[in-house]
Amino acid sequence: MAVREFAERGADLELVGIQKRFPGFTAIEELDLVIPAGSFFALLGPSGCGKTTTLRLVAGLEEPTRGRILIGGKDVTDTKSHERPVNTVFQSYALFPHMTIIENVAFGLKRRRIQDPMGKAHEALKLVELDHLSQRRPQQLSGGQQQRVALARAIVNRPALLLLDEPLGALDLKLRRQMQLELKTIQEEVGLTFLHVTHDQEEAMTMADTVAVMNKGAIEQMGAPEELYDLPRTAFVANFLGQSNLFTGQVVGTTADAITVDAAGSRIVVPTARAQRHQGEVTVGVRPEKVTLHTDAPAETAGRNLLGPGRVIDVSFSGVSTQYLVDLGALGTVLVFAQNVGFAPVAGLGTEVWLSWDVTHGFGLDDEPAEAGRFPADDTTSSIAVQRREALVSELEEH
Amino acid sequence: MAFAAFATAEAQPQAPKRKSRIALFLLLPGILYLVLFFLTPLISLLLTSLQVPSELGDIGQFDYAFNWQNYVDVVQLYWPHILRSFGYALAATVFALLFSYPLAYFIGVKARRWPLLQSLMLVLVIAPFFISFLLRTLAWKQILSDESFIITSLKALSLLAPDAHFTGTPFAVIFGLTYNFIPFMTLPLYTTLERLDLRYLEAGSDLYANPFTVFRKITIPLSMPGIVAGTLLTFIPAAGDYVNASRDFLGGPDTQMMGNVIEANFLVLLNYPAAAALSIILMAAILVLVGVYVKRSGTEDLL
Repeated sequence: MAVREFAERGADLELVGIQKRFPGFTAIEELDLVIPAGSFFALLGPSGCGKTTTLRLVAGLEEPTRGRILIGGKDVTDTKSHERPVNTVFQSYALFPHMTIIENVAFGLKRRRIQDPMGKAHEALKLVELDHLSQRRPQQLSGGQQQRVALARAIVNRPALLLLDEPLGALDLKLRRQMQLELKTIQEEVGLTFLHVTHDQEEAMTMADTVAVMNKGAIEQMGAPEELYDLPRTAFVANFLGQSNLFTGQVVGTTADAITVDAAGSRIVVPTARAQRHQGEVTVGVRPEKVTLHTDAPAETAGRNLLGPGRVIDVSFSGVSTQYLVDLGALGTVLVFAQNVGFAPVAGLGTEVWLSWDVTHGFGLDDEPAEAGRFPADDTTSSIAVQRREALVSELEEH
Repeated sequence: MAFAAFATAEAQPQAPKRKSRIALFLLLPGILYLVLFFLTPLISLLLTSLQVPSELGDIGQFDYAFNWQNYVDVVQLYWPHILRSFGYALAATVFALLFSYPLAYFIGVKARRWPLLQSLMLVLVIAPFFISFLLRTLAWKQILSDESFIITSLKALSLLAPDAHFTGTPFAVIFGLTYNFIPFMTLPLYTTLERLDLRYLEAGSDLYANPFTVFRKITIPLSMPGIVAGTLLTFIPAAGDYVNASRDFLGGPDTQMMGNVIEANFLVLLNYPAAAALSIILMAAILVLVGVYVKRSGTEDLL
């Protein structure tokens, strides 16, 4: 049996035409997904979007209504969950209450008759810094500790594919960063493939090499986190992954490299390359931190979109930045994040302000259901992972 | 929950050390009840078991003494009945467990999706209680008797030897015990299995355990409180039962259990000290067996 040995390396995961219906509703409409070996892949979406169902299908805890699941090129659709080279860190931890911590961690090793299960289990517990609690029972541990045990119990098996169902939710920030770093290190050392399901966009962006945003049982957009943030393709992605200011209007002018949109009388220019649709009614947007707040009417300059005047209707100060809500009349309200470089806030409630942003920061949405994209096999995955890890290291050192 | 009474108690948080007069006051009726209706009869039974026959009295008249010889006598005379009682009770407990576990698993786990079916099946488990215990046992005597339709048909079809009979055999007694105590086994099993968190089973399956191993390593240990409660509720009354093994019901001269000899000594032979000594032995033996069993089953972790 293949599961009798540790996986040498991570395995590709391929979902082909997956559909999952439950009595009364469809959890997954149609899902095609390829996750290359060794990548850290995050499925991000609100609750009920089908992400946990996807995970359970891969783990073998549910059977797809239609479609195939391939792990490492092998069709496992009809393989029972205990024969799949996959381990899961459950959202509820699901630590066996009648076993000690060490018995929990060694459970999978013993089932596969791996040599020296206790030694390996202790090593895994050392990794999550809980070896001193190995003789305790799960209910004697705090939520965060239980979560780390659940993690140890999964990674000790060195599965080709590790499934994480919101595994860091109960950890405090410092521990969370530590675990993220740990996971990244393990991933690089062993080259495991990680499939991470979460509704926490920050967690998905900091940890994953590739993020797929899921909505209503389908993938809306997929790509590297920066790419998704920088150039969201749908209104759902634009608002689920961070916040966005969106304006809808007719395209009134097209040049070689930009389109001009008339949004309630104001002209907004968006680069053609960053817009999904180039004619008719389109939705364009800009991220709140890209918008600059002016208290005096600035001169019109090429290369900058200018809106205003409007009125500040809400100011909330959060230390590093201040968030302004500006009422632009017919255009609706616009959110602006300003770094508190000088003395903040620069504009009080009711102040008349103008807004501007660099044309190249705008994006145009394609508000028709996006096709489920295929992940392009690129070799930058590992370099992204390294960068990410270094960022985490420096962040941890700061604390 | 309707059957919460059968469930094993949840672990209680440590009580505050400070003794409260109010708590004592509230406990008073319970303590009085126990003293009056449990402790007094127990002491009376103990004293009776040590009595000697009155020298001048009639049969059935005894004087208080300290005649522990009574115990030696009853053990010498009735040791086969003592062994038989525990043997039959053990067999009935095992059979009831084997029958009830799959039933309780189905009602408590598989039928979760259909609450109506779940309630219906529970009602069916309890339904026999609506008819008297004695009547049901008598009914089985009819069914298993040599002249019954079923037995004669089986004999006619050569599925049974022509001289085979059931009533009066150990089989009939163990069958009767098993049948009568199945609800007591099923209900506590149901209450634990109904609360069984299926995510543990999924986690086991995810950690390479095949369905059989999941059952052995996860389902059984997690349902241990129900197994312990059910086996105790079956074993204790079954060991002391005297209806099923009685000649008037399913038993015969060779199937007499302790309950039957206690009954005979109290009501027929009027040898009260012997009956009392047997009762004390039965009680002590059950106490020891149950104590060892509960200790060994290690359910304190799950409480």
